[in-house]
Amino acid sequence: MSAFLTVNNLSAALHGYDQRVLRSVSFSIDTGEVLGLVGESGAGKSMIGKAILGILPSAISIIEGEILLDGQDLQKLKPADRRRMIGATAALIPQDPLTALNPSRRIEPQITNRLVDILGWSKADARVRALELLNEVHIDNPERVMGSYPHELSGGMRQRVLIASAFAANPKLVIADEPTTALDVTVQKQILRLIRELQERHSTAMVFVTHDLGVVSKVCQRLSVLYGGKIVENSSVPDFFAGPKHAYSRALLAATPKYTDPDASLLPVDEAVIEAVAAEVLASDKEWRHGG
Amino acid sequence: MLDGRGSIKRRLGARLWLSGTWLGVMALLALFAPLISPHDPLAQDLFAGRLPPFWASGSDPAYLLGTDSLGRDVLSRLIHGARIAFSVALIAGLATAIVGSLLGLLAGYMRGWVDVVISRLVDIWMAFPPVLFAILLIAVLGTGLTSIIIAIIVIDWTRFCRVVRAEAMNQSAMDYVSSAIVAGRPRRDILWREILPNVLPTIVALSTLEMGIAVIVEAILSFVNLSISTDAPTWGGMIAEGRTSIYQAWWVLAFPLAVLFLTVLSFSQFGEGLKDRFDPVLR
Repeated sequence: MSAFLTVNNLSAALHGYDQRVLRSVSFSIDTGEVLGLVGESGAGKSMIGKAILGILPSAISIIEGEILLDGQDLQKLKPADRRRMIGATAALIPQDPLTALNPSRRIEPQITNRLVDILGWSKADARVRALELLNEVHIDNPERVMGSYPHELSGGMRQRVLIASAFAANPKLVIADEPTTALDVTVQKQILRLIRELQERHSTAMVFVTHDLGVVSKVCQRLSVLYGGKIVENSSVPDFFAGPKHAYSRALLAATPKYTDPDASLLPVDEAVIEAVAAEVLASDKEWRHGG
Repeated sequence: MLDGRGSIKRRLGARLWLSGTWLGVMALLALFAPLISPHDPLAQDLFAGRLPPFWASGSDPAYLLGTDSLGRDVLSRLIHGARIAFSVALIAGLATAIVGSLLGLLAGYMRGWVDVVISRLVDIWMAFPPVLFAILLIAVLGTGLTSIIIAIIVIDWTRFCRVVRAEAMNQSAMDYVSSAIVAGRPRRDILWREILPNVLPTIVALSTLEMGIAVIVEAILSFVNLSISTDAPTWGGMIAEGRTSIYQAWWVLAFPLAVLFLTVLSFSQFGEGLKDRFDPVLR
């Protein structure tokens, strides 16, 4: 069976600059599989998710490569069809629950809009589904939350609402863009468990963007390590934690706190390693220019 | 325990209250001017010229705020002046808000060539000195209430366009707009149902500000005799007439000036108060 989402040789660049922000990225995900995208800030983790969903900032555009979603090449679709296709099959769990809900609208329409407008459900059906979803994300009094404005809810509650909203239309692909970064540690754990629970129940394909390797070990089956918009290592999670192949991955892993040994000293990523991986990225650029 | 938020809220309330009361009273006076005003605002009585207001010696209780040099009742003229000022304020203020906000929303949300065209137009427009522009327009359109309203719309739409464009751009960059795009919602829908509600508090605040400005523009044009017919009771016209006899009859100048000042101030304060009330986060 072919993969549900395949990204092939995807490159993106800033308008008017020679530099690429995504450098020939390739990976694929099967139905029910979770792929972790890890890397430092600015490595291009979120950018990949945005490129797939078609919400790149207006200054950045895809310059080559293909994104196959359920066998359809998204780049070849007309913009309107592309949006419809993504709206029907994919969803986003955004990074910052504070700006991801519209502050001047109540929660209910923000969950049901997609069901009513895009999938043609009746208002009553959509409402029942929304209540069901809020139950599923363990919100105690869904009736009250549906009538609330976002600012009346805590950060954790908002993230639950966003997760409910993401799973509303039974998406086949969910892109979780650092869904726990903006939350405090105690809430993080609950939210992670929740995402995992929903993902397993609906056997959704998921891209999980994070900088936290601890989270990856709990949620993902495979992971890709990014540096400078380039994937430096693709690996299965058990293999990775047994011993990463790339020197940069090893350094990244050594810089992550271990739950098993909290007293172990953390090693900052060695400068020599960074220089090496940066050189590797630049070398691939040269190769790409000559090839293209 | 009294927290900072509580005391801030009370102060906002007082602002909204005071300005709202003043505007409400003026609006009622404007609405029922013919019923309320004690005299015909145009009736002259040359034997009762330059009577002082009621508390000064030599005043006539029939003319509470005194009379001007032609013996016309200042109070009646003020009340009828409110009628003209408020029609200009409401019609011109709202129409300007609608035209400017619509163009601003389109520019800020669609970006691309739409934004380029609208923004350049705004830049060019704002290079004209507004008062000269107004006088020029009135010269072309002819005097009258309609011409004043049209002139205000034509000149001031840029004020809305700029602010609303920036605000729309700001909102477009928010995650909730990305989420709406991912959900496959149509662009039109995103503009009206996601972005507009968040820009609305700004538009409301600007609109009331614009109403104040409309009152001033009307007064300026009356002052230079470009408003409606010269003996019509406009606040600007009264100020212009009062200026010539300021040493003999200060009240002819002072009352319309005070009313004008308070009305414009109230409009801007009312808008700010409303904005704070409307803002879902500050509420």
